[in-house]
Amino acid sequence: MPAHVPNAGLSRRDLLKRTGGLAALAALTAACGGNTGRPSGGGGGGGGAKANLAQWYHQYGEAGTQQAAQRYAKAYTDANVAVQWTPGDYDSKLASGLLSSKGPDVFEGHFNIGMVKGNQVVALDDIMADVKDDFLPGDLATNTADGKIYGVRMIIDPQVIYYRKSLLDKAGIKPPETIDDLIAASKELTTNKVKGMYVGNDGGNVMGGPALYSSGGEFLTKDNKPGFTDPRAAQAIGKLHELYASKSILLGAPTDWWDPGAINQGLVAMQWIGMWAVPGMQKVLGDDIGVMPFPKLDAQSQPSVYSGGWTQFVSAKSANVDAAKKYVKWLWLDKEDYQEDWSLSYGFHIPPRKSLAAKASKLQSGVAAETVKLNQDHAYVDNPNWTPKMNTAFTDVLTNVIKKGADPAAELAKAEKTVNDELSRLFG
Amino acid sequence: MSAPAKTAQTADPATTGERRGPRRRSRQKGIAGNTLWFWVFVGPFVIGLLVFSYLPIIWSFVLSFFEAYNTVTPSKFVGLRNYIDMLTDHNFLSSLWTFTIFAIFIVPLTFVLSLALALLVNQVKIARAFFRSVFFLPTAASYVVASLIWKLSIFNGVRFGLANTVLGWFGVDGIAWLSTVDPPWFWLPLVTVRLWLQLGFYMILFIAGLQRISPTLYEAAYVDGAKPGWQVFRYITLPQLRATSVAVLILNLIAAYQAFDEFYNLIGAGANYARPPLVYLYSISLGSIQDLGHGSAGALILAVIIMIVTLLQGRILGFGKAGD
Repeated sequence: MPAHVPNAGLSRRDLLKRTGGLAALAALTAACGGNTGRPSGGGGGGGGAKANLAQWYHQYGEAGTQQAAQRYAKAYTDANVAVQWTPGDYDSKLASGLLSSKGPDVFEGHFNIGMVKGNQVVALDDIMADVKDDFLPGDLATNTADGKIYGVRMIIDPQVIYYRKSLLDKAGIKPPETIDDLIAASKELTTNKVKGMYVGNDGGNVMGGPALYSSGGEFLTKDNKPGFTDPRAAQAIGKLHELYASKSILLGAPTDWWDPGAINQGLVAMQWIGMWAVPGMQKVLGDDIGVMPFPKLDAQSQPSVYSGGWTQFVSAKSANVDAAKKYVKWLWLDKEDYQEDWSLSYGFHIPPRKSLAAKASKLQSGVAAETVKLNQDHAYVDNPNWTPKMNTAFTDVLTNVIKKGADPAAELAKAEKTVNDELSRLFG
Repeated sequence: MSAPAKTAQTADPATTGERRGPRRRSRQKGIAGNTLWFWVFVGPFVIGLLVFSYLPIIWSFVLSFFEAYNTVTPSKFVGLRNYIDMLTDHNFLSSLWTFTIFAIFIVPLTFVLSLALALLVNQVKIARAFFRSVFFLPTAASYVVASLIWKLSIFNGVRFGLANTVLGWFGVDGIAWLSTVDPPWFWLPLVTVRLWLQLGFYMILFIAGLQRISPTLYEAAYVDGAKPGWQVFRYITLPQLRATSVAVLILNLIAAYQAFDEFYNLIGAGANYARPPLVYLYSISLGSIQDLGHGSAGALILAVIIMIVTLLQGRILGFGKAGD
């Protein structure tokens, strides 16, 4: 699940429809042009000439991030690195970019086994060898397939619930500890001006994973079986419908859940969002922010925190794989000052390097420190064997249950079939 | 070793050039004489059509028989499996159902409203060009931009959205238009945005049709005692507009099949309750899943359905019959 992927994007059909004739001419005159974002002037690489590398980012919401990414790229002297900043649907653009050599050489993304099967990324064990121990086991596992590490974790983004302390105090509510408490609190905090909670315009699909883990379930078990077949999983997903149906959540807000707009504008008392938004919320709300994990289903299980984030990869279709690897090593392993800048100067992210996280003073006090602590205690990371296709099946479960009130157990059984088909395609 | 080969190579083009010489000259003359300008004007578009329409269609026909994850040059042939999967995929079937509901709303509404607009605008005596342009203008707007305006300012779910502000005047609680499936309020923004964008275009078609009706017919009807208004409309105007009406219906239905932009931008590809076929195909083959085999099979199934429906519609409504 991507950390923050804006939904709006250019429509392919619309674009083609309107530019068809001209595009045909342009394509003919510039048959090999292709805008890769790479500096023009040949493939580079051999004979002492500097390699040209294209590095792709999604659009980070915080001001200054794009300039920072460009600054890092410019400071690198062993290759010409061009940064491509991508507003809109980054996942789709990246997926089609990776089909050909016109895509990025170096890119950020989320790992899944399909990228290895489709020969899209190269193993990075050589550059990771010396620093492996400085990463948390989960951050390595989430980028590992068949014993090889394919990505360097850039940032860790815990997703949790932030709330307005003052509003909870006024209503005499303690931070909820179970899902039922959360639903009750959301109802109680709802007035004619303020809704209890904001969980995204789709009604809470983003909390599907956390709800599953808070019931003791998981997407895939260690031996690659669907991990959501227990009735408790269905119960937890059903609770998300209860929350949606309680009429206490905000829907149809101008900004989606990854943007602190809703809580900052006083539209809600609580919001599901990532730690990246802490500086943005503090600027508006000051100290009036508390944090809690996704609450546990009941006494039998634990709360959960989705430990998302972004990872850096090297494209297998790159003409300069070695130069690309060297750049990734330089930026995301060697240049500690840039890594610190990226993690702490704009939005807040946890640096994946243990040594760096220990020095991150901005994360050692207040609500940021509490979030880091919750991430330590309750985090789960993406399972690399959980492919986008499986995730789509699971998202369909969530939409059908949350919005249409379908039977969670029956819906999960449908997803189980899709997941099993995928598993047998991938692992035989 | 390499020297003799080189001489052989250099000798070759010379001889072929000589041989080709006269033929090339005669062809050049032919082009200059008759068809040069035809190809200058038509050529780029033919090439565009080949490169951007026919080639992808042929390519996706090939892809539809392969397992093609994350690649456009697949190697694993699977026969008809992709087609069988798509025809039994409840998401694909439900996307066809979504389309059907959409068409039931949009086709008759567009037809009636654009005809009504055309009749009204055609009757105005003053500032006719102004009214025509005003209603036609939205056609020039992009679906994406219009969708964003609908989503962010008119039909957003918070209390200061335009629609909710109006409801607020009457003391009605705000509605999360795009997020509410029960009752299915999301259809209101979806249908209205398309109506706003395309009414003007079909209105122009109808106006053109109306202006082709000979005034003598109306005069004859008046002489015969037909009452102006409904009777004249029912027995003169509507039958005379048959060719235009059929064209509008067919164009409208095809456009509805191809609905993508407003669904994608207003609702998003993830919501399975409002996902017409193209949005679903986009989400499985061009989004992060990159399952091009199933996507191609689905696209071809959709193309066949559109063809069959259009042919049937043409047959039933008598499109292109002699005398129209």
